[in-house]
Amino acid sequence: MTSATTSQPALRAPRRLGDRVFSIAATTSGVIILVVLASVAIFLVSKSVPALVATDKEVTDVGMSFWGNIGPLVFGTIWAAALALLFAVPFAIAIALFISHYAPRRIAQGLGYAIDLLAAIPSVVYGLWGIMVLAPAVQPIYVWLVDNVGWFPLFAGPVSGTGRTVLTVAVVLAVMILPIITALSREIFLQTPRLHEEAALALGATKWEMIKMAVLPFGRPGIISATMLGLGRALGETMAVAMVLSPAVIVSFALLQSQNPTTIAANIALNFPEAHDLGVNVLIATGLVLFIITLIVNSLARFIVNRRKAFSGAN
Amino acid sequence: MSKRIEVKDLNVYYGKFKAVEDVSLTIEPRTVTAFIGPSGCGKSTFLRTLNRMHEVIPGARVEGEVMIDGKNLYDADVDPVMVRRQVGMVFQRPNPFPTMSIADNVLAGVKLNNAKISKSDAEHLVEKSLKGANLWKEVKDRLNLPGSGLSGGQQQRLCIARAIAVSPEVILMDEPCSALDPISTLAIEDLIEELKAKYTIVIVTHNMQQASRVSDKTAFFNIAGTGEPGKLIEFDDTTTIFENPHVQATEDYISGRFG
Repeated sequence: MTSATTSQPALRAPRRLGDRVFSIAATTSGVIILVVLASVAIFLVSKSVPALVATDKEVTDVGMSFWGNIGPLVFGTIWAAALALLFAVPFAIAIALFISHYAPRRIAQGLGYAIDLLAAIPSVVYGLWGIMVLAPAVQPIYVWLVDNVGWFPLFAGPVSGTGRTVLTVAVVLAVMILPIITALSREIFLQTPRLHEEAALALGATKWEMIKMAVLPFGRPGIISATMLGLGRALGETMAVAMVLSPAVIVSFALLQSQNPTTIAANIALNFPEAHDLGVNVLIATGLVLFIITLIVNSLARFIVNRRKAFSGAN
Repeated sequence: MSKRIEVKDLNVYYGKFKAVEDVSLTIEPRTVTAFIGPSGCGKSTFLRTLNRMHEVIPGARVEGEVMIDGKNLYDADVDPVMVRRQVGMVFQRPNPFPTMSIADNVLAGVKLNNAKISKSDAEHLVEKSLKGANLWKEVKDRLNLPGSGLSGGQQQRLCIARAIAVSPEVILMDEPCSALDPISTLAIEDLIEELKAKYTIVIVTHNMQQASRVSDKTAFFNIAGTGEPGKLIEFDDTTTIFENPHVQATEDYISGRFG
């Protein structure tokens, strides 16, 4: 018996069926998502190349130039998404805190469901709401802003007569991404260890001080991740933007004029039906740029979260 | 710096459930008072009523009086936030803020209420508090690293440093050593002995040797059964409680006959 065991090269734990099935399932899923991502990237790059290397003559033939459009499109995409985040993030954090720490339990639950419901509304509906409800409602406010604080570059005139401006789009986008940021932040805030909350309160912190001291720092990585998910949706949002804005390929910070920069995704949606030959490649190339922007933004967020990893409370 | 605590006819309720019944006792300044008793007897609950931390639990309320230096903590005009700045607390599990450095943890209480503190004052206070908690030598080279990187015993002393940094009058300790190894426990016990010179200390412990080692007075709490309120059975000098208790239940408990 002894010689039989010593002759074996190394002791190996028996591999149980459940372990094997699970590890294979997990590995396969991981590989599949990488393959899908890679194939999307390969598709984008291969279809983009003709647009990137097109000669002047080809560009004139098709009437669409990648290099001529991409700057304003990138600007419009980031500008609209940034404005949307600016509106949505403070609101989302405040709502999440209200649900997790201030509201009585019954109201908190109801409000939580209502917020989750907002996430399920298709973006076409948001687009319609933007055109038919929001734009007419805010137009008088825009007129007032241009009249009274028009000296401020963002509010420069002439004011749009329809209210369908980049600011309206940003508000629609903000409402769209609000649920996802709120829902994730709420979950994170609820997970704040009771020990840390009590530590703050025992030091004589008021409720708000306790939140500043224990809840928000603990939730910081989660808030950043939630914001990134929201930003991803805002960057890629197509229908709502395409419906509300009358597009122009310009770079302009003015929020209230009728000429507004459009976004990459909306531009693709509006022009794709009529695009042909090189035009298709140009549109796909802009899609590749959107892909890269998202990648950069997410890496940046990872970097910010990791930089203070030792202080995250995960250890 | 330290004050007398007088508790009169205190009842504590969680909703309709009466958790602690009719406790009256007086804690002298600059002493260590230990609360002992079986689990669920209400000693931790009672401890929390001394700085109104029980109010964190929904439905918790008290009847009766807790006088600190002649002022009732439960008067209508008393802000619980101000009570907790006078009466510090150390918890069962070490709970330094993981998102803060060691130095920021010490200063956490001081910076509350928008208080401003100059850089040199802050450095001085960090050093003084950490020295007061016997932790300075171990952490003086890594004040800017996260407090969560310390050992359990060091974290607990960091929590004590955080509590004494705001110069409280009373320090409550809720089983401060139950998550620590014997060496760290000894360090905390030595520290309690030193802190006694300045502060009034109340400690809840399951460890009867610890109670007999560190405390001047001991209070024994007990419950008649599940669902019954906890009661103060006997409160006397620690030597009396452990050598010559007057109540049979106390003797049974400390000699290990139950609990």
